[in-house]
Amino acid sequence: MTRGSRVWMLFALAMGWLFLLLWPLLGIHPDGSLTFAEAFSVWWKIALAALFGFVIHRLSRAGVFDVVTRPLSRLTQGVGRVYASSPKWMFLVPLLAFALTYPFFTDRYAQDVAVNVLVYICLGLGLNVVVGLCGLLDLGYIAFYGVGAYTYALLSIHYGLSFWLSLPVCAALAAVAGCLIGYPTLRMRGDYLAIVTLGFGEIVRIVINNWMSLTNGPNGILGIAPPSIIVPAMKDGVLVMETVVMRQLSYMYYIILGLAVFTVVAVRRLNFSRIGRAWEAIREDETAAELMGVNTFRFKLLAYAMGAVFGGLAGAFFAARMRFVSPESFTFIESAMVLAMVVLGGLGSIPGVILGALALVALPEVFRQFELYRMLVFGGVMAVMMLVRPEGLWPAARMGKRSDDEG
Amino acid sequence: MGATILELRGVSAHYGRIQSLRQISLRVDEGEIVSIIGANGAGKSTTLMTVCGIVKASEGDILYQGASIRDVSPDRLPGMGLCQVPEGRRIFPRLSVSENLEMGAFFRRDADGVKKDMSLAFRLFPVLYERRTQKGGTLSGGEQQMLAIARALMSRPKMLLLDEPSLGLSPLISQHIFKIIKDINEQQGTTILLVEQNANIALSLADRGYVLETGRVVMEDKAERLRANPEIKKAYLGG
Amino acid sequence: MAEGGGCQGHKAERMDYFLQQMINGLTLGGVYALVALGYTMVYGIIQLINFAHGEIFAAGGYLGVIFLSFLTANGFMETHPGLGIGLSLVLSMGYCAMLAMAVEKVAYKPLRQSSRLAVLLSALGMSIFLQNGLMLTQGVYDKAYPTEFTHGGFDLGAIRVSYMQIGILAVTAILLVALNALVFRTRMGKAMRATAQDKVMSALVGISANRVISLTFAIGACLAAAAGIMVGLYYGSVRYDMGFVPGIKAFAAAVLGGIGNITGAMVGGLIIGMVEIMAAAYLPMGGQYKDVFAFVILIGVLYFMPTGIMGENVDDTRV
Repeated sequence: MTRGSRVWMLFALAMGWLFLLLWPLLGIHPDGSLTFAEAFSVWWKIALAALFGFVIHRLSRAGVFDVVTRPLSRLTQGVGRVYASSPKWMFLVPLLAFALTYPFFTDRYAQDVAVNVLVYICLGLGLNVVVGLCGLLDLGYIAFYGVGAYTYALLSIHYGLSFWLSLPVCAALAAVAGCLIGYPTLRMRGDYLAIVTLGFGEIVRIVINNWMSLTNGPNGILGIAPPSIIVPAMKDGVLVMETVVMRQLSYMYYIILGLAVFTVVAVRRLNFSRIGRAWEAIREDETAAELMGVNTFRFKLLAYAMGAVFGGLAGAFFAARMRFVSPESFTFIESAMVLAMVVLGGLGSIPGVILGALALVALPEVFRQFELYRMLVFGGVMAVMMLVRPEGLWPAARMGKRSDDEG
Repeated sequence: MGATILELRGVSAHYGRIQSLRQISLRVDEGEIVSIIGANGAGKSTTLMTVCGIVKASEGDILYQGASIRDVSPDRLPGMGLCQVPEGRRIFPRLSVSENLEMGAFFRRDADGVKKDMSLAFRLFPVLYERRTQKGGTLSGGEQQMLAIARALMSRPKMLLLDEPSLGLSPLISQHIFKIIKDINEQQGTTILLVEQNANIALSLADRGYVLETGRVVMEDKAERLRANPEIKKAYLGG
Repeated sequence: MAEGGGCQGHKAERMDYFLQQMINGLTLGGVYALVALGYTMVYGIIQLINFAHGEIFAAGGYLGVIFLSFLTANGFMETHPGLGIGLSLVLSMGYCAMLAMAVEKVAYKPLRQSSRLAVLLSALGMSIFLQNGLMLTQGVYDKAYPTEFTHGGFDLGAIRVSYMQIGILAVTAILLVALNALVFRTRMGKAMRATAQDKVMSALVGISANRVISLTFAIGACLAAAAGIMVGLYYGSVRYDMGFVPGIKAFAAAVLGGIGNITGAMVGGLIIGMVEIMAAAYLPMGGQYKDVFAFVILIGVLYFMPTGIMGENVDDTRV
């Protein structure tokens, strides 16, 4: 048998296998009947798509597309060179200008999506500190988001504390939560850390869900005050300070934009600081870092706390914007989503994380009519991305092998 | 000597970005003992791992009994009679001694033949019989080396690749091991490709030898001629 | 049991309650043990937390309901209830084995040379994919098991033992014994252990890593499928996201017992199940917080005994 025909045999086998997996789910009915049409109609669509992908893959391996891909890759390389050699402000200024004027030429819906994207950018960058910079896998990151959200919600409801004064409290409490979770877990190996952080994330959610007297349980907390600012105004010819409640979505947009810009700048500065280099050392080889005199435990704890701070800030904003929090917003799937953004965008890369958040929040909005299939596609894409582009859409420049990858 | 059983034609290999073999060519005839000698990091172990397909050859071809095995999956080679005892012995630490031997005959379906060969192995290495229910990881270095060789013999190999069988063993025990290697070659007609740092023993045992330096074959000759070569004497035989 | 009277009767009642909880804990623990085995075996061989394993468990539960409903509607369950359950069990196990092997081939095998993070995320992606696949094909709502044949039980003193529980315990015990025999006595089982201990050397003696890995996923899936059906029968219904929480608890059990250690996974599963039931029964608010205990134990054990209570079997990092 030639190699080529063997490959097609395997493909046929895979498709047969797929049908066997699909049919019991779609063709055996509780009323005791068996049908094939439904399973077959799903199957041939998947089979056709797979065939298409497979043929493309075979052709590209055979070099058929070289005519197109070669100039294309040369072009992207050229663009990359131009980008690298030109000053950064040339890109940043138009980008910032676009971000600042965005609410003036968009409707409510578009602003809503943009606010979502920015919230996830904050979260992604915060998690990026932990996973991307320090190399610690955290599957319970959303817990800090929850801590921030509930902190502001409670402060606002019970004490009427304003959003701005609550922000540092939220950040501090999230950092404390980060240390509490970090302290017992950080001596563990990578995989254990993953499962334990997942466990902690669930613990936080379960506690929020059951501590009725504090959090009102699954019903959540209603009536959280939106942020307000005090502006000088003329009233009856006298200059008074007037409180303007920022209910409008466009105000919200500017607040989260500010928060996101703050996060970007902070993470960037952290990355290129002494702390950032210590994290990098820990990520690349923890033992070597320890031997070089890096207090790995302290820096890992710091990474956890810093990541938690950004999550907490984003959480406070989330509570202020929705004016309602409930445990449902802080499930594992949210953690997975944020992690997916960081990894798909490119571990440790700030533009990558921004791109990842954009891709995972904005793209599903474009395909709204397929809402039902959103998570299915999300899961599939996550697996496929690891196959075709594991380094992410916009890989970080300084990224080596992680120490726990050896072996 | 018989026909060529193994031949490497201009084989190169890489570990990551570092090239570890540079166009190695060598040949082993049926029934021979051939030694590869060379300093640490010369590429001796890599050569054996490349033959077995654990390290993929980036260039050149590997022929076993006249057919290319370059793209053959490593786990199919024992069934073809090509077997390796790797560096460091690599006993399965939490499998018992007899289970380790069973694994050596993994691809074989003739239960009776396996049983017979197992008792043969126990006769060759009586100490393994005493330890047959012990976990492999609890054996001493010498015992592990014996187990590693016995495990390889369980597949009834036509050709055996041995990597540093004397590593970490006392002179007395290594002498014993080398005697057994010689016996296997003479009595069962097994072809042997031996990698050794102890060039003295390796060359006294072998028919022919290859000298490896930084991933290249720099010399090949009859073993006794290599032993007599003043350069080899100076570099590898301690005077 | 009440003839002792007064204080003693109270004591006896408390004892009965305790024994009842013991049986419940054993049942739940057995289920966790079955799922934990799949995690521990896969981790032992390819050092991957197979997130999709919880979904395999859920798929097992769904296939059980599909087959049992089908057989019930056709009148088969009325005449041969035992055979019907057995048949559903075997078919679901086969289905889940096929599913797990497909997942491994599609999402993990191409990533053998990639970073561990990449494979982990791929597993996470598969988990989400499968969960939503179940939801799309089977609906968002709970699906009820046919229960006509699961009634009944007997009284053991003052303790009520249902046939269901006896059945679960028996099937669990049989599967655990069968697994032990398979792993420690058969040729493929030994090859599995060899591969877990040294992948390169097992290739050198002629063991195909691909086949061993496929087999490992298939066995783990069979056990998870059985657990899924038993949970479905026990609670009377299944839900598309039922795999997530038991999945992480079972992984906690695997870690607790020392990951890669088969006996450890069994012991760990029993401990987690028992603690969960006992905590729910005896601690104030225990019922609401029962999901927390598994993690508290896990964190405590990892902190004080990083390799689990039985020691882990993954000391091999050589290439």
